[in-house]
Amino acid sequence: MAHTVLEALEARLAATAGTVSFAHGLLVAELEPAALPKVVALMKAEFGFDLFLDVTAVDWLGQTPRFEVVYHFYSTQHHVRARLKTRVREEDPTVDSLIPLYGSAHYMERECHDMYGIVFRGNPDLRPILLYEGFVGHPLRKDYPKTQEQPLVPYRD
Amino acid sequence: MDAKFPNPVRSAFETPLRDDTVIVNIGPSHPATHGTVQIIAELDGERVLRTDVHAGYLHRGFEKECEAHTWHNLIPYVDRLNYVSALINDFAYCDAVEKLMGVEITPRCRHLRTLLSEYSRIVDHLTCVAAGLMELGAMTAFLYLVMIRDYMYEHLANLTGARVTYTYGRIGGLARDLPDGWLGRLAEILDQYEDFVGRVHGLVDRNRIFIDRMRDVGVISTADAINWGYTGPILRSTGAPRDLRKDTPYLAYAELDFEVPVGIKGDNYDRYYVRMREMDESVHMIRQLVETLPGGPINVDDHRCTLPEKHLVYTEIESLINHFKLIMEGPRVPAGDAYAAHESPNGELGFYLVSTGDGVPYKVHVRAPSFVHMGGVHKMLDGYQLADIVPTFGSVNMIGGECDR
Repeated sequence: MAHTVLEALEARLAATAGTVSFAHGLLVAELEPAALPKVVALMKAEFGFDLFLDVTAVDWLGQTPRFEVVYHFYSTQHHVRARLKTRVREEDPTVDSLIPLYGSAHYMERECHDMYGIVFRGNPDLRPILLYEGFVGHPLRKDYPKTQEQPLVPYRD
Repeated sequence: MDAKFPNPVRSAFETPLRDDTVIVNIGPSHPATHGTVQIIAELDGERVLRTDVHAGYLHRGFEKECEAHTWHNLIPYVDRLNYVSALINDFAYCDAVEKLMGVEITPRCRHLRTLLSEYSRIVDHLTCVAAGLMELGAMTAFLYLVMIRDYMYEHLANLTGARVTYTYGRIGGLARDLPDGWLGRLAEILDQYEDFVGRVHGLVDRNRIFIDRMRDVGVISTADAINWGYTGPILRSTGAPRDLRKDTPYLAYAELDFEVPVGIKGDNYDRYYVRMREMDESVHMIRQLVETLPGGPINVDDHRCTLPEKHLVYTEIESLINHFKLIMEGPRVPAGDAYAAHESPNGELGFYLVSTGDGVPYKVHVRAPSFVHMGGVHKMLDGYQLADIVPTFGSVNMIGGECDR
């Protein structure tokens, strides 16, 4: 049922690293962080995944490794999507930046860094984008309380 | 700078490249940027050398808030992402939840969602084109377009009870069916739309001032657009016929006859024209959908997500418990994750949901086209005049609600 491109990619990825499956029409691959840049470069060069849609993270508080970084890609040629997942540890939440491959990585990695504190090695500009300069913590982490406030301008008495 | 009020942003560049250039700040609240966005630009005379675009002034913790409400309770929140076409947000979100739950919506619901998505697209494009034209001084064209938009707002209020933020989608269906006479009024509005959009074409398409401001301004190539994550009308304006409604058909789009308009150069004029043509295609689609609108229920018969009929809630205990559980605990969405993408008026609007089997989402992430577009907008601003920022920004149609979440 899956698209032939996805099947070819599945065969290719299954041979190298991680577990590969299909879910709701997407190819889902779980990889080691070290394998990520190579796999993405392969997907872009040989399977036509030219649109980097999205990067975000899921905070599985209490599990190790704690963070799951989730990438979505789309092929404008074959009209199929793929999702890559990789787990990083809380002490060293680092993955390689995709800036060498996609321009859109600049902003999306900044957002993910803002919200989860994932460090994208090789992204020269991880300044806050949705948050502000001097914000302490990463609000989408599960241990950041929803009601915590950090007003930039103090409230009046 | 007053130390009591620290600067919320740190510019990417503090010192000019040369001693005859100047760094200026535009926004975040500026009459000519529709949306709260801040641009720090280095100017050589009137020419923009480089820009640093800051978003986030409308950030209100949408994704954090989502993790504390039931799946149903989020619908009013997703309305407020792209508040110009709230219905498309509703339907994309519901589609993602339905994927996770394995719910298949009814044929009538599928057609109505398609119809309302296209109606919303017209409203969104009307707003974008009207605001863009007004910023260039075309007041008459603005009034024509906004007049039609207001007919549509009132018409949608007649259906949903609200002018802008409708909260009309439901997981597994819709809030209510069409009121009497709604489709009749729809046909009238579409005829008026054609009349007034025709006038706007006559006013601006071959207008010398308009062409001088729009042609060859804010040009982006297809390769750059894809590299910087552009989708929707901006990508199509570069000549690439990429449209999720054609490429990965969802809802009832596979049954419809429509074209994907594309531009030639990827400049402001092409983005204007692509939006105008897309509205015509939407009208064409709505007319087909009205012709083929099936009967039957609008909600799926599935007690996991659909609320029971009110008279049953008051008369039988099972329905009362079902209602209570759905409201208090939320629909049980099976554990897993799903990504659903709809072609929103600005591009690919994606919802990435993670569920652990609770009535409350573990994570809701929005792939907002406006946010991704802001990451590459410097490609369209650098090298042009300072005054060109206004029409270029207008044609990118950044919506603060979905950009900043």
